[in-house]
Amino acid sequence: MQLKRRDFIKISGITTAGSLVIPPFLNSCKAVKLSADAESYLSHFEVTRATLQKVISAAMEKGADYADLFFEHTLSNTCALEDNKVNSAYSNISSGVGIRVLKGDQTGYAYSEDLTEEAMLKAARTASNIAESPGKFSVANITEYVKPNYYAIRGSWEDTSIKDKIPYMQRMNDNIFAADNRVTMVNVYLNDNSSYILFHNSDGLLAWDYRPIIVIAGVCIMEDKGSTENFYVTRSYRMGPDFLTNELIDELSTEVVDRTSRLFSAVRPEPGEMEIVMGAGQSGILLHEAMGHAFEADFNRKNLSIFCDKMGQKIAEDFVTIIDDGTIPMNRGSLNFDDEGNPTEKTFLVSNGKLTSYLHDRISSDFYKVPSTGNGRRQSFRHIPMPRMRSTYMENGPHKKDEIIASVKKGIYVDYFSNGEVNIGQGDFTFFVKFGYLIENGKLTKPVKDINIIGNGPQALADIVMVADDKAIDNGGGMCGKNGQSVPVTMGMPTVKIRKLTVG
Amino acid sequence: MMNTNEKYALADTVIEHALKSGAEQVSVSVFDNRSTEIEIRDQKIDSLKESNRANLSIDIYVDKKYSSHSTNRMNREELFRFVEEAIASTRFLAADEFRSLPGPELYYREGGPSLGIFDRSIDSVDAKTKIDLAKKVMDEVYGKDERILSVSSYYYDSLSSGIMVTSNGFRGSSEKTGVQLGAEVSVKSNTGRPNAYWFESQLFFDKLRKEGIGTKALDRALKKSDPEKVNSGLYSVIVENRVAANLLSPLYESLLGSSLYQKQSFLIGKQGKPVASGVLTAIDDPHIPSGQGSRLFDDEGLNAVRRPIIEKGVLKDYYIDTYYGKKLGMKPTSGSSSNVVFETGTRNLDELLASMKKGVLITGFIGGNCNGSTGDFSYGIEGFYIEDGKIVHPVNEMNIAGNMNTFWFNLKELGNDVREDDSIRIPSLLFEGVQLSGI
Repeated sequence: MQLKRRDFIKISGITTAGSLVIPPFLNSCKAVKLSADAESYLSHFEVTRATLQKVISAAMEKGADYADLFFEHTLSNTCALEDNKVNSAYSNISSGVGIRVLKGDQTGYAYSEDLTEEAMLKAARTASNIAESPGKFSVANITEYVKPNYYAIRGSWEDTSIKDKIPYMQRMNDNIFAADNRVTMVNVYLNDNSSYILFHNSDGLLAWDYRPIIVIAGVCIMEDKGSTENFYVTRSYRMGPDFLTNELIDELSTEVVDRTSRLFSAVRPEPGEMEIVMGAGQSGILLHEAMGHAFEADFNRKNLSIFCDKMGQKIAEDFVTIIDDGTIPMNRGSLNFDDEGNPTEKTFLVSNGKLTSYLHDRISSDFYKVPSTGNGRRQSFRHIPMPRMRSTYMENGPHKKDEIIASVKKGIYVDYFSNGEVNIGQGDFTFFVKFGYLIENGKLTKPVKDINIIGNGPQALADIVMVADDKAIDNGGGMCGKNGQSVPVTMGMPTVKIRKLTVG
Repeated sequence: MMNTNEKYALADTVIEHALKSGAEQVSVSVFDNRSTEIEIRDQKIDSLKESNRANLSIDIYVDKKYSSHSTNRMNREELFRFVEEAIASTRFLAADEFRSLPGPELYYREGGPSLGIFDRSIDSVDAKTKIDLAKKVMDEVYGKDERILSVSSYYYDSLSSGIMVTSNGFRGSSEKTGVQLGAEVSVKSNTGRPNAYWFESQLFFDKLRKEGIGTKALDRALKKSDPEKVNSGLYSVIVENRVAANLLSPLYESLLGSSLYQKQSFLIGKQGKPVASGVLTAIDDPHIPSGQGSRLFDDEGLNAVRRPIIEKGVLKDYYIDTYYGKKLGMKPTSGSSSNVVFETGTRNLDELLASMKKGVLITGFIGGNCNGSTGDFSYGIEGFYIEDGKIVHPVNEMNIAGNMNTFWFNLKELGNDVREDDSIRIPSLLFEGVQLSGI
């Protein structure tokens, strides 16, 4: 979408909903042959083509191999409901440019929040110091990136008033209280983000994007006979205001009430090793923690990952295929191009049990002499990009869910999680189970809650002995953290059985 | 970076404009930070990063309604429009009688002690010195053992300064510096690629320990080679000082006013009651000279005072901010911790270990969580299996689990080995009868 010129300070809540953004078409009649879209992004950041080229030249002046500029302007709004009313709101505006300079696999990085030419040149010269011998750089012709449209949106969050968000939050609150008289507290949060991105590199590439993201979260507290239980649900997409519907609110309300109410009878299983059935959807956290991070190419390039000598090898059963995908429409992990200007794609990490690809950024794809997989991501213009996941999921397999559960004599079934972690070198990973069931003699019996499951990545992958045909992507508001940077991701999986993991 | 007077001037202008535009009460903070990060990998510079950032945030109270906003765009005209829009959007919210600035009588006034948390000299350390320091850390280990797969070392420093002004009379400024040197080493073993880190952290450049960092990281990585799990059961457990604060975080979360009010705390109604064994005493002490968490006032401007949180196992006090204080009918103390200082025991880690018949030394946590409402927790652990006071082998793929309401009563002894470079000044902890899950 195109932009209003220089509207850096918009706080959601002023305008009435649905007002359309009028494209500026500024400078479009000048002699330069940039598209109106490209021009609108340049004018949004108040930079000219000449300035971009000057800054890139400054970044390259000490003999670097490559440089890029990542302009970002992000507006974030949060509304919060407590005590039956939406009674607080928060917003943040952040803008600036990150300047990265590469010499081989070495990185120089500086950013400027001030977008004047002088300030950007200063940052570029700071970053350029990673290279030490002045080289010759001639400015490349600008090529516009032709981008796909994985998150076409109608309207924008900036033009959506707080008063148009409130009724949905209120509805969730009222639904939850009405559903069960044990409910004593409800919190609802709605967070929308709109990012404008302009990217330019020393190869002449010019790319731009508008990246919306929305998260809704509902927290339910119930009290029953002196005990208290809590549960929460989240949903997130790269979508505009049409995300908010009564159907979505009703679905989330029902889900959170249902789960909270079951917790009162939940037990903690006897600790130890056992068979684990992971339900379709959120269980993709297994892929994210046990394999995904260890497949990130920087960890492999640096010899740190337990998978770094396994490329091309058989690491799982034939029916295991694992994908990291940046192209799913409206998915929270999707990008029209990654934060290094590379196209995103559907990357097959494990194909029919064989390790087929790592997740690459620019540095690692140069190192391994393979095309980038479009996994170079960063938290913001203040951060250096590195290989990150997008939406990580497993393809369907040959088994049925019922058959899988029936095959377990004593184990647990898990399908709701709060967090996980991995140790890349040893391969140990964990995920924390918010909710699940005991499996006794092939049947789901008592609910279980609040248990940590721990295993070893390569072993767990080899121990996936059954995969069902009910793949689901979980569209919760997952954030993935690595080296101090957070990026939005999703995950998914069909129902699978793992031979054994440690439950405790 | 703006100097303190420029920050005050900006805040005053923004407050004036906000009040003129209809706000009843306003609080404005202006903050900036500059930092340097240098990473060396296998003797070569991996990355150099310079950061400079600034931020202005504003809390607005209008018609008994509340919102909070921040921006890194400091142009005055833009800020004025930003404030106007923020006020207009706040009016759409529901009123909340509990929202207001703190009572002025609770604010910090002049005359607090000098904290010693700002080292002007960090600004004059040149880039070469910083790179050389990180390289020296690297040189301690690089090539020193054939099992080494990768070594990285880093230097980090930062200088922050901020001010806060409220429309009901608070004015305060603070400046803080920090410097770190660290190393991470990854080694080859039969079963994997164990890695370990070590770092030193100080507020003053001259006080930073610059030797032994790489060596410690290598030593810790090698010791972790080829771990095994042990059987599930009840064990004596020692938690190393460096990671002991991880176990405190659910306790801390449960002490917050927001958690108490939202019923996500297992410490509701526990004030004055025992919540841990009698050996545990923890004091929130904001005025420790050169303490990582030292401060004269908190982020609302509340005067920082020393107060016991847990005394001989009895819960004395919570962390209550102004808003949740009013909602809970409790006196605001501060909504966040400063330095948390633990009363120490007499023995160091080696002595504690030597006295252990059979148990586990925990040196790291991996994942896990705690249910705030119930106190049920489970965390992944790594460390060493101990018999008769000696390390038998490293352990991994195990969990520690229990309930926070009873877990802290299993605390038998605190070590004397407090790490002073952290705001949580906690020594190694010895517990008995703790549930570990393994095989």
